[in-house]
Amino acid sequence: MKIIVCIKQVPETGNVKIDPQTHTLIRSGVPSIINPLDTYAIEEALRWKEKLGASTLVLSMGPPQAEEALREAVSMGIDQALLLTDRRFAGADTYATAYTLSLAIRKLAPYDLIFCGKQAIDGDTAQVGPALAEHLGIPHIAYVKKIEDIDLQKATVRAHRLMEDGYEILDSRLPALLTVVKEINEPRFPSLKGKMRAKKLEIPIWGADDLGAEVANFGLSGSPTQVKEIFAPPARGKGEILTGEAPLIAQTLIERLKAQKII
Amino acid sequence: MDYFLTEEQIMIRDLARKIAQEKILPVRAELDEREEFPWPIIQCLAEADLFGVYLPEEYGGCGGGCFELCLAVEELSRVCGGVAVSYAASALGAFPILLFGNEQQKERYLPEIAQGKKLAAFALTEANAGSDAGGIQTTARLEGDEYVLNGTKQWITNGGEAHIYTVIAMTDRSKGSRGASAFIVEKGTPGFSFGKKEKKMGIRSSATRELVFTDCRIPKENLLAKEGMGFMVAMKTLDNSRPGIGAQAVGIAQGALDEALDYARERVQFGKPISSFQAIQHMMADMATQIEAARALTYAAARYIDSGAKDVSKVSAMAKVFASDVAMNVTTQAVQILGGYGYMREYPVEKMMRDAKITQIYEGTNQIQRNVIALSLIKEKAQKR
Repeated sequence: MKIIVCIKQVPETGNVKIDPQTHTLIRSGVPSIINPLDTYAIEEALRWKEKLGASTLVLSMGPPQAEEALREAVSMGIDQALLLTDRRFAGADTYATAYTLSLAIRKLAPYDLIFCGKQAIDGDTAQVGPALAEHLGIPHIAYVKKIEDIDLQKATVRAHRLMEDGYEILDSRLPALLTVVKEINEPRFPSLKGKMRAKKLEIPIWGADDLGAEVANFGLSGSPTQVKEIFAPPARGKGEILTGEAPLIAQTLIERLKAQKII
Repeated sequence: MDYFLTEEQIMIRDLARKIAQEKILPVRAELDEREEFPWPIIQCLAEADLFGVYLPEEYGGCGGGCFELCLAVEELSRVCGGVAVSYAASALGAFPILLFGNEQQKERYLPEIAQGKKLAAFALTEANAGSDAGGIQTTARLEGDEYVLNGTKQWITNGGEAHIYTVIAMTDRSKGSRGASAFIVEKGTPGFSFGKKEKKMGIRSSATRELVFTDCRIPKENLLAKEGMGFMVAMKTLDNSRPGIGAQAVGIAQGALDEALDYARERVQFGKPISSFQAIQHMMADMATQIEAARALTYAAARYIDSGAKDVSKVSAMAKVFASDVAMNVTTQAVQILGGYGYMREYPVEKMMRDAKITQIYEGTNQIQRNVIALSLIKEKAQKR
């Protein structure tokens, strides 16, 4: 079995600040981490590797420093890593990102499973995973909270998909792409031996030329959506506190709500 | 302070720190309150390869030594001295095998200890044999291909939880301390049982139990080194492990200073944070200075041991004495800085003060350590003549 895990390097948002002029994240001095939801994807790959035996590969598209995130995944136990980096990939939206990843994964075929975190904590779109599956022409199950079974003989997977009001049990043929939610497992810590292996591991880097497609399809030029403006929404005004006798307050409240056509 | 750690040593420190922050910090108060052995955390440390940091690679370790062990112990102790000792006591149990075991014994026991699959423990102390280890009454009698053990060991850290025990027992009582020998005893051996679990002042998440041997038969091959070398095995083991107590003390003290500093910057009295008062400032300055001195001495002792030096008893004892006295002092001062809050269980410093106390007592009381240091001084002087 071959499992590919797609990860993204993101700024640690716990203490991130917004530049009041440009409304963009202040990146300097903010450490970069593996997108937390992607660590659940890594853990799930490792668990199935331990259970059924598998070769595992972690893949990321990003700037050269995203290599650190790949090495961290290797220190947790992933076998191999691959970095897609090229100035021409810059500015990619979810469509162009998924497209670029799909070209790389086609070159890595055959594979059985692709795991992604359900979304990245910086963009929060939850689109790249499913879009990648579409580009590859394979089925996907999003928001997976449990993988009940993987049957390599029949080439099927049965997964529990988290819904707002419960969960669905879905069967899919393999190869398939699954995006996972944090309920699925508890990611392990890296191990010392893993860290030492990660330090030495040779990580191949592929650019636009290695993927062999029209350059116009990559990065900003390949992105159907463009960021027009970033702004911080105005802070909510102060609420009004009604005072006085309870029946009078209730009366006033009802009138106000009626006036605003809420009731 | 930069101690010029190698890349690998930084990895060990950072990994131990990460596990301490993410896994131990949220549960330390509860573990202390419930006196619960921290198995899930032990599991986590095992998966991270931390149980092998001081063991050679050929036995599944990471190839480090006493210093690497100290780095991990310090980081764990900074958050919880109780969890840290459960980790460190396994090394204490492994040292006799590492230092004196033959190839078969090392191959059989060390890999499982390195992987953290099994914990080890070291059993020297008895009810009537504390500082005076010559008073050991547990006996081992050779009968055919087996040794038969009888007696009771007291206050054994990891007792009941560990699987592999190195036990000091008398093979020839007429010879006094030269009649002691060291043995490996596995949990589950018929005739080997555990007494009551002790209720302690501090390090309460760690397990401390009696080991009871009643006609316990172990194979002859479980003898470590030779008959009569038991006392030497014990002393060399403790020489190697004492900087670990120093590291535990440094960690506890650092944790207490961290808390005191955070509190002093936030606590407002007379309209100002108390960190702006010179009385508090001087206390914190002394605490930080003592901790750094204790750390420097502990690291130096550990590195000296790892250099392969033979005359390590003195520096090893110095590191243990100095760091543990610092830990007691610093944690007491931390409680003082937090005042009434510091005395309450809701805040972590009273636990740190309770945890610190044991570092002045176990693995040889500080009084005995001072004897060791003084004897070394006198011996060195005499040899120079």
